[in-house]
Amino acid sequence: MSGDQDQSSRLQANIKDAIAERSCLRLMGSGSKDFYGRGLGQQKVLDLSGNRGIVSYEPTELVITARGGTPLDEIEAALEANGQMLPFEPPHFDGKGTIGGAIAAGLSGPRRPWGGSPRDLLLGIKLLDGQGRIMSFGGQVMKNVAGYDISRLMAGAMGTLGILLEVSIKVLPKPVEEHSLIIDRDPDSATRLIGEMIADSQPITASYSLADKQAVRLACNHQRLGAICLKYGLQESSESSDFWQQLRDQKLDFFQQSKPLWRLSLKPTSPLELTEPCLQEWSGGLRWLYSERPATEIRTLVESQGGHAIQFRNGDRSGDIFHPLHPRILQIQQGLKAVFDPHGLFNPGRHYSDY
Amino acid sequence: MGIDRQSLAAEFLNILPSDCVIFREEELIPFECDGLSAYRKVPLIVLLPYTAEQVELVLKHCHEKQVPVVARGAGTGLSGGALPHEQGVLLSLARLNKIVEIDQDNRLACVQPGVRNLAVSEAAKPYGLYYAPDPSSQIACSIGGNVAENAGGVHCLKYGLTLHNVVQVTLLTIDGERLTIGSNGLDAPGLDLLTLITGSEGMLGLVVEVVVKLLPIPERQQVALAAFDDVEIAGKAVAEIIAKGILPAGLEMMDNLSLRAAEDFVHAGYPTDAAAILLCEVDGSEDEVSEEIMRVRQILLDSGAREVRTAEDETERMRFWAGRKNAFPAVGRLAPDYYCMDGTIPRNQLGKVLTMIGEMSEKYGLPCANVFHAGDGNLHPLILYDANNEGELEKAEEFGGEILELCVAVGGTITGEHGVGIEKINQMCAQFPDPELETFHAVKAVFDPHNLLNPGKAIPTLARCAEFGAMHVHAGKLRFPELERF
Ligand SMILES: Cc1cc2nc3c(=O)[nH]c(=O)nc-3n(C[C@H](O)[C@H](O)[C@H](O)COP(=O)(O)OP(=O)(O)OC[C@H]3O[C@@H](n4cnc5c(N)ncnc54)[C@H](O)[C@@H]3O)c2cc1C
Ligand SMILES: Cc1cc2nc3c(=O)[nH]c(=O)nc-3n(C[C@H](O)[C@H](O)[C@H](O)COP(=O)(O)OP(=O)(O)OC[C@H]3O[C@@H](n4cnc5c(N)ncnc54)[C@H](O)[C@@H]3O)c2cc1C
Repeated sequence: MSGDQDQSSRLQANIKDAIAERSCLRLMGSGSKDFYGRGLGQQKVLDLSGNRGIVSYEPTELVITARGGTPLDEIEAALEANGQMLPFEPPHFDGKGTIGGAIAAGLSGPRRPWGGSPRDLLLGIKLLDGQGRIMSFGGQVMKNVAGYDISRLMAGAMGTLGILLEVSIKVLPKPVEEHSLIIDRDPDSATRLIGEMIADSQPITASYSLADKQAVRLACNHQRLGAICLKYGLQESSESSDFWQQLRDQKLDFFQQSKPLWRLSLKPTSPLELTEPCLQEWSGGLRWLYSERPATEIRTLVESQGGHAIQFRNGDRSGDIFHPLHPRILQIQQGLKAVFDPHGLFNPGRHYSDY
Repeated sequence: MGIDRQSLAAEFLNILPSDCVIFREEELIPFECDGLSAYRKVPLIVLLPYTAEQVELVLKHCHEKQVPVVARGAGTGLSGGALPHEQGVLLSLARLNKIVEIDQDNRLACVQPGVRNLAVSEAAKPYGLYYAPDPSSQIACSIGGNVAENAGGVHCLKYGLTLHNVVQVTLLTIDGERLTIGSNGLDAPGLDLLTLITGSEGMLGLVVEVVVKLLPIPERQQVALAAFDDVEIAGKAVAEIIAKGILPAGLEMMDNLSLRAAEDFVHAGYPTDAAAILLCEVDGSEDEVSEEIMRVRQILLDSGAREVRTAEDETERMRFWAGRKNAFPAVGRLAPDYYCMDGTIPRNQLGKVLTMIGEMSEKYGLPCANVFHAGDGNLHPLILYDANNEGELEKAEEFGGEILELCVAVGGTITGEHGVGIEKINQMCAQFPDPELETFHAVKAVFDPHNLLNPGKAIPTLARCAEFGAMHVHAGKLRFPELERF
């Protein structure tokens, strides 16, 4: 690809300068996630999007290695040409999102419970840490237990531990066909039915539920789909694949509200006593809630069910955005931050106010 | 120097019931090694608590007295991870063996660490569920040990390693604080500490409870057995299956020496004149399986298999697998001792690496049987030797070390699932430069600043690597200079 570039030396020099100047850096892929996390600080922006390009891709190895700034679009096009996909179905909307940003943000799309998350699929990294050291962890092979699993720790760390110069990710064959089914029942019995279909190992790859509309996506051919419809008494829907993409990229009408948007992660069957409607994905494991309720009320409710809540979009971004941590766990995280970024260069305050 | 056995035992007898404290020399002997019997050490004492609360008390006491603690599950580990510390406590979790809860609707099981791997699937069976990661040692090994080693198994190609099937652990820190890591949902807030704990070989904390994912038992499973006249062709067939977009539930390979041993041992029905066999399992609904097994069959034939058989019935399918699952003990019958290696390589290097292992076998004059999780590129060369012959253990270790360094040189790793333990500590120096090793030590210090948990395992000191390097770079020459370095 034109524009491919290994900028690790330049980035390494940037880190050394920042250490010398005692300044902090805001790491940016394409900046599509600026809305996410705690408010952006006033730090100097370090643009990572120039460090891009696919380094190696061998379809039979089910692994792709790319520089952190590579656009998701470029990666997905390369995979598509070989009938493969990124199983965590990362959101990317206008195609600007980078693979480094996708791993650092750690978010997954509708396929997550069936395809895995960025951390599940990350096999190895080349990391530029806060002392300007370039280190490799993990690798390109499926199984690797030599040393602690440092690479996967980077997934969801919001760039607070270092710069992902390169990532190796496990890819999977893309289903040849996918179809949607609308489940025309009241929410409770629809949820039960989806549970039943999962227990029957039906090839579900996404689920959606909001008020009186429930749907699933299935990876199978038409013949199998017919048999499934027959078995559960369901109608095949004309829902386009676009629907799931809009869900993934939060383009559905539901997502156009200006109230704070909460992302709730729970055990699928956990009940939540709420009057506001929740959009559910992951057969109930992920719920989206627009609500003006005080943060503590939402957090207490979700926590009582063993889950956690992220204030995903909108609202005040200066307080806790991610769910507050047990004091000892916070202490461990601060300890890890000090290992990878002892000068506190990267994204201060973006994840938690304490580091 | 150090603490004396009697007084330490007396202190623990104040904390624990008397049957939990073992300190008589002859009773300590059974604990002197794990599955890697070439390394043995007698611990100062062995503790066998019944509850997590007792484990907590033990840790608090060890922390206060600065006594090293080595955790032990079932002791089936193959890298000496549970090798005792002579000045420390060997803390067995085997009695924490209750299945706390099976949550059918969410397909989760909450179990104590001493529960055996297979016991989880047995308990889940009435609900139509099972636990996917299935190490060959699954009748014996514990879930706590599986978490500590990030254990794999035949089904991990499709269903993932332990890491992908554990959602939450309860961890006791060295000072006895109880932490919940992960959640019962699909993610947890903050840094993903579960990734660090899984595979940490008892170096960061003690796992006292685990929540694992369960999967629905597939409607049908079928296996194809393909025989090849050439190991390299079998290796290429593996890549071919993956290239055709098939993700088998299991894809395993055995070479002639190991398949003959397995045949003699369990009468699996293997073609003993084949250079190698592949076992390829598919699972799913009746129709899916019928369709896919035909495709697999065709791909295997097209890739040069001499013969492809599918199991006639469930009994035959189990028999095909019994051969593979008993491969280690079967090979173990061929010689007084065997040494099991565990490197992982990119699948496309399989043929080359096998050929080179064959050459090494001749060079060292020691036979080597090969069993692999082929789909994952995870090799288990089994080096046969006799420890009673002067110098043969050292030769086997040297041979093994050379195999592991070859794995690193072709872009792989020294261990895919058995862990580093004490066994592969020198090869860690071949895989990681100093900054990475320093980082590992620093991560450990965050959890265990006084280095009390399993000290001396998994991560070599930089000094040790300097020494190892001096030993191995003969006359300034690296091993395998002809291979490109990764
Ligand atoms: C609900 C939702 C809505 C979305 N909406 C849009 C949208 O409107 N437009 C759009 O283009 N995309 C959108 N995305 C998708 C997003 O762009 C991609 O998923 C991608 O994760 C973000 O990549 P980025 O390069 O833009 O990350 P950034 O926003 O630049 O960074 C995300 C985080 O990762 C860190 N980071 C970035 N690169 C690295 C690196 N190499 N190493 C270490 N840390 C790094 C940053 O510091 C930051 O903390 C959306 C995603 C979601 C989930
Ligand atoms: C015949 C045979 C076949 C095998 N096949 C496979 C295979 O297919 N795949 C595979 O992955 N492995 C295999 N193994 C290796 C071994 O069974 C696994 O590594 C297993 O996970 C070890 O479990 P264990 O309970 O025996 O642990 P142990 O051997 O007792 O301990 C292993 C390590 O875990 C630590 N540990 C144990 N329990 C805890 C705990 N609760 N908290 C913290 N740390 C703990 C110990 O300190 C030690 O470092 C095989 C072994 C044998 C003998």
